[in-house]
Amino acid sequence: MDVATLLGDLRLAAPELTLAGGAMALLMVGVLFGERLQIIASVALALAVTLGAGLALASSSAFGEDGGANLFAFAATGLASLIAFLGARPAGPINGAAASFLVAAGALAIIPAPEGVEAAFNGAFAVDGLSSFAKVVIALSGAASLVMAARYLVGERLAKFEFSVLVMLAVMGMLMMVSARDLIALYIGLEMQSLALYVLAAFNRDSVRASEAGLKYFVLGALSSGLLLYGSSLIYGFTGSTQFVEIAAAVGEEPSIGLLFGLVFLMCGVAFKISAAPFHMWTPDVYEGAPTPVTALFSAAPKMAAMVLFARALYEPFPEIAADWRQIIMALAALSMAVGSFGALAQRNIKRLMAYSSIGNMGFALVALSAGTREGLEGLLIYMTIYLVSTTGIFACILAMRRREGMVEKIEDLAGLSRSHPGLAVAMTMLLFSVAGIPPLAGFFGKFFAFLPAAEAGLWPLVIFAVVMSVVSAFYYLRLIRLMWFDQPAQPLVAAPRELGFIAGLSAFAMFPLFIAPFVAAPGRALVETAAGALF
Amino acid sequence: MLLQTIAFYTLAITAVTAALLVVAARNPVRSVMWLILTFFSAAGLFVLIGAEFLAMLLVVVYVGAVAVLFLFVVMMLDVDFVELKQGFLQYLPLGALIALILAAELVFVGVGRTALGGGAEGVFGAGANAGAASNIEAIGEVLYDRYVYFFQAAGLILLVAMIGAIVLTLRHRENVKRQNIADQVARRRKDAVTLVDPQPGEGI
Amino acid sequence: MYAAIVFLPLIGCLIAGLFRKQIGARAAMFVTTGLLFVSAGLSIITFAQVAWGGVETQIVLLPWFSIGDFQASWTIRVDMLTAVMLVVVTSVSSLVHLYSIGYMEEDPDQARFFSYLSLFTFAMLMLVTADDLLQLFFGWEGVGLASYLLIGFWYKKPSANAAAIKAFVTNRVGDFGFALGVMATFAVFGTIEFDAIFSAIANDAAVTPLWSEQSSAVSETSISFLGMEFAALELIGFLLFIGAMGKSAQFFLHVWLPDAMEGPTPVSALIHAATMVTAGVFLVCRMWQVYDAAPYASMLVTIIGAVTALYAATVGVAQNDIKRVVAYSTCSQLGYMFFAAGVGAYGAAMFHLFTHAFFKALLFLGSGAVIHGLHHEQDMRLMGGVRSKMPWTWAMMIIGTLALTGVGLPMGAGLGYGFSGFFSKDTIIEAAYFAGEAGNEVGMFAFWMGVIAAFLTSFYSWRLIFMTFHGRYRGPSEVLAHAHDAPWVMRAPLVILSIGALFAGAAFFSSFVGDRSEAFWRGSVPAAHASAEGHGAADAYLEQADNTHAEDMQHETDASAAAPTVTAEEAEDEHSAGGAAAPHAVEADHHAEAADDHGGGHHPPEWVRWTPFGVTIAGFLIAVWAYLLNEGLGARIAARGGPLHAFLYNKWYFDQLYNATLVRGARGLGDLFWKGGDQKIIDGLGPNGVAAAAAFAGRRQSKSQTGYLYHYAFVMLLGVAAFASWVLFTASNSGAPS
Repeated sequence: MDVATLLGDLRLAAPELTLAGGAMALLMVGVLFGERLQIIASVALALAVTLGAGLALASSSAFGEDGGANLFAFAATGLASLIAFLGARPAGPINGAAASFLVAAGALAIIPAPEGVEAAFNGAFAVDGLSSFAKVVIALSGAASLVMAARYLVGERLAKFEFSVLVMLAVMGMLMMVSARDLIALYIGLEMQSLALYVLAAFNRDSVRASEAGLKYFVLGALSSGLLLYGSSLIYGFTGSTQFVEIAAAVGEEPSIGLLFGLVFLMCGVAFKISAAPFHMWTPDVYEGAPTPVTALFSAAPKMAAMVLFARALYEPFPEIAADWRQIIMALAALSMAVGSFGALAQRNIKRLMAYSSIGNMGFALVALSAGTREGLEGLLIYMTIYLVSTTGIFACILAMRRREGMVEKIEDLAGLSRSHPGLAVAMTMLLFSVAGIPPLAGFFGKFFAFLPAAEAGLWPLVIFAVVMSVVSAFYYLRLIRLMWFDQPAQPLVAAPRELGFIAGLSAFAMFPLFIAPFVAAPGRALVETAAGALF
Repeated sequence: MLLQTIAFYTLAITAVTAALLVVAARNPVRSVMWLILTFFSAAGLFVLIGAEFLAMLLVVVYVGAVAVLFLFVVMMLDVDFVELKQGFLQYLPLGALIALILAAELVFVGVGRTALGGGAEGVFGAGANAGAASNIEAIGEVLYDRYVYFFQAAGLILLVAMIGAIVLTLRHRENVKRQNIADQVARRRKDAVTLVDPQPGEGI
Repeated sequence: MYAAIVFLPLIGCLIAGLFRKQIGARAAMFVTTGLLFVSAGLSIITFAQVAWGGVETQIVLLPWFSIGDFQASWTIRVDMLTAVMLVVVTSVSSLVHLYSIGYMEEDPDQARFFSYLSLFTFAMLMLVTADDLLQLFFGWEGVGLASYLLIGFWYKKPSANAAAIKAFVTNRVGDFGFALGVMATFAVFGTIEFDAIFSAIANDAAVTPLWSEQSSAVSETSISFLGMEFAALELIGFLLFIGAMGKSAQFFLHVWLPDAMEGPTPVSALIHAATMVTAGVFLVCRMWQVYDAAPYASMLVTIIGAVTALYAATVGVAQNDIKRVVAYSTCSQLGYMFFAAGVGAYGAAMFHLFTHAFFKALLFLGSGAVIHGLHHEQDMRLMGGVRSKMPWTWAMMIIGTLALTGVGLPMGAGLGYGFSGFFSKDTIIEAAYFAGEAGNEVGMFAFWMGVIAAFLTSFYSWRLIFMTFHGRYRGPSEVLAHAHDAPWVMRAPLVILSIGALFAGAAFFSSFVGDRSEAFWRGSVPAAHASAEGHGAADAYLEQADNTHAEDMQHETDASAAAPTVTAEEAEDEHSAGGAAAPHAVEADHHAEAADDHGGGHHPPEWVRWTPFGVTIAGFLIAVWAYLLNEGLGARIAARGGPLHAFLYNKWYFDQLYNATLVRGARGLGDLFWKGGDQKIIDGLGPNGVAAAAAFAGRRQSKSQTGYLYHYAFVMLLGVAAFASWVLFTASNSGAPS
């Protein structure tokens, strides 16, 4: 590998490098400088990176020769970073800088690979439509969770600069996951993400529940990593390569049983990361125990990353044996939907409820994956994007549930929200309706696009089961709505911080497809189609 | 070849047995000891296939550092492991059943593969080109060139682990004097030096 | 510019609606009114451009839907029909805005009111500039919403709320028909764009309906609906007309309009007189190709229109609320427009729409001024003799009434001399007569209905004037003491509208229905009364007209060359020999057609021209006799009751009928389904049963969440083992044991 190749490869990994470099720089700033100097150093860093990203974006071929578009890209990057910076600022300048780093990384992920290049680092690191799409979504979601975390951290005396550094590294792991085109890359990305998330789960180290959550997550995560590694080694053993492309060449129409075994273990390992049943057991405990912004992070970006990873690890190396892995996906989907829908019915804690909700939603997303077709992948991406937006909004509302004496997280505490915080209640209602899949809202279309390919692939029983389960799950969303609108208010909550209201409102607005469809439908659809085309 | 075969089976059986005993041993210190034996046997296996450098690394890093660290931790924690294992028997039958099923399936996989006789070349094909260069060169070639991405990323993972360990365990105790680098860097002349103008004969 | 016309009101609405707290009510009022006036100015420019400059455009603003073959976009279509509506809507709306500044002076919610008004205007403009049925439907629903909001503007008044709901629900019935019509259109033509539909009908093109594989010509396509086969165009025309009936308050679906008078009077003037209620007429005119090719649907339009014209006029005779009289008058005039459209006189329908907008808005705003001056008293029985207190208002109302009753002399050049209503209404009545002459069975029916309604119109209009302004004051004296003319901000719109009521007819007569109509409409509605000839031949006629028109342009320099057909020339010759009383254009036109059909020329007999005039005078004289000379006679008749009066006073008992059948029936049915079907059967077995099962499953599920780490790990391993076994099993079964 000569220097030119290496440099070319590094350029393709610009988002990851930004995050890695940024994380280390912020770590240095945090360790070495006091509060006063932090501000200057972080602002300078954030500015430099944002300017760099904007310039790179503006000069990249993606925007052609058009001077106006260049300027627009530049300005958009700067503006987005600025918003992220200001939103995350209350927890200290490093948080703000980290948020703008994340935005910059998302912007850099837009730059496409040069013509004819589809992977870097000897084919281990994919750079294609799918990775770009997922990276942008993940990076922005990560930035949103930093913004949402800011005031919580200050309020709970958790505002330490390591938080942002860990979030950046976790997001970097996720970006590596969606680009993984090699079993080793897959594992490394997964571990990078997981390790940072284990620590984040236990970030409130003085809380017994948080420590317990972190420990459980860590031990079970290690177990799942073991399963995944074992599966990888079996696959490597039976195909002679770790690279997806070469594995695909080695897998024939009639795979050896050892390979299937490896695949099963691999899938179980990944299924743990998306908390699909029966590998979901950690989810409610960890969601409940971890600090709420960390839970918000858990339920959004890692799910997208693991889902894309799942799709890539199944579609790219194993298209020949789709009939075999499809059964497992269907089983995972059915179990997750059932567990998610029924499990949430009896919950009193809203974070626990959201844990079951995310289990169920992963089940719905897996229905799309089980189709095994290009449309299925498109459906998956649409569903996951909509899920990410709505779950981020819901968690923004949950984070706003604060009384004078501290955070509350019982669902009864939502009672009468419509009277004390009408705006928040409307936003949350819209988001819950959407997640429940009530027709005019985006969530319905997400489910529609997720189930349709499966139905077209002839998986009618699964689709019918999915529809029934989404009806069951609608019940507990509606229960929340009833609490907010019709029950007597409990003690009032304090006013929600601006940035939480902003995020909740924005995501609630995004749930109105009729409002935004004329502006995003065609281009958005084209993006998803390009992304899904990367694997077909 | 015969000697090699005998050595392979000896080492392999030792490794597997020792690994079993790691799990089965009642006393954690003994578990660690068995673990060290497993490492040694694995290192022997590496030597057998001509990977001396890896064998040395295994001994130095795992036995010399990791296992010793385990020992320290186990001895310092002073956990009553007997108590921890009390529920063990309760779940033994079902657990054993699952383990048996999995094991049987794995054996089935292995047998199926041997019966077909395929794959050996494929499996070891990756390392075949290492023959020309020395061990260290070959590893360097792979690690710093072909797998540079994995290598660097793995380094970052270690960084994450380090940050995590510090975040979760470091406590700033009160009333302990410690160096504050930030304060030192931020210190200015006017903070440290005061100029006074003493009158002659009065002193300060 | 076109976009500005449409969107300025929206901007005004948003500013007044969203920032009313920041900018205050006064600013909100002036911003919306100002923007509306700009919009109106631009509309007049547009009208001039289109009418005399021949500018016709379609501007695509945004793509909207693209689902398979179904395409729709936000488009501004500007042709003559649209331009006429633009002028009507924006000018009346801007005047009403101005008027409302005075009228709503004491209301605490002015900004909201103006925001709604502007919202309505925006929706109405979207409706009239639509280039496809979907956008039209958007505007249609938009005006419905705005109407609902404005009727219920004083939402603390229960009657206003009830009226708003009644309007909304009644319109829903119509809208349902409309929506079905849009769907049927799409199903038949595969498109909902006007141009595509019209050209398909004009060429009788082969279409492939959605439900069948085979394509057939438009005129032969049939559709099965409610178990019966209908010609596709008939059904589309019928369904769209149901929508028009709802919005334009035609017979059967008219019940909401009088109640809508619960809203503030400017609203009544804008929405329930001048603009929204004419949307149905606009729809029929917009889709005239469909109706031209659908004789039975047109017949229905004619019958309903004629019946409404008469019915509403009869009810208007017996009402006592000043606004309700005007409301029934509106209903009746809308009936005129419909039967004009039904007999194929689309130009006449639009002409009456145009003139009616002015004088009806004038009447409403005048009534508003009276109500305003008399402390919100609406009952005419408590008025009388206030002419001296409010001379301006009296003068304006007189002009409006003269225009409404269609006073004019049917002699001299053109149609004659008179107020604007005279031109448009007499054109319609004559058109109906010609249709009847030409063999259209319902034409003659419509003609007689129109004549009788004209008599009643004259009677109740003058009754209103006399009861309000003349005679002896019957209300509480302290109100009279404070009675006053409206302030200038309210008076100015009245004056402007009265100019329209005076001269709009004479000024635009030749353009809308006279000898310049061909060049004026340019095909957006047929210039001549195409269907007077019989619907089947409509297309052939149009083609012929087009061809000959082109020739005419070449060799005819005489501006008075009335009719485009070749035979028209003969007719004209005949007439010019006839002397000074030169026939007006419409006659010549008809003449030509009639010549086509019957092979001989004749024009409307003098009695047809004089009849409307006669009945109008008769109505006036009877009103004078009953309410001016024998004051109190009307009250005595009403007091004695009598079945006829009760019948009329109670609006033919329509409300009671609907209440007894539909409302109570629906409620009973709902109760039955709710208590019997839903609660017992569906809830019992379904939700409640399933919910209980689900709750049980949920509790079991959470019980399995023990919190022990090794349980969790165990479940994971269990899953792995199960999946592995499964794969092993299925793979070995499928014959790949390798």
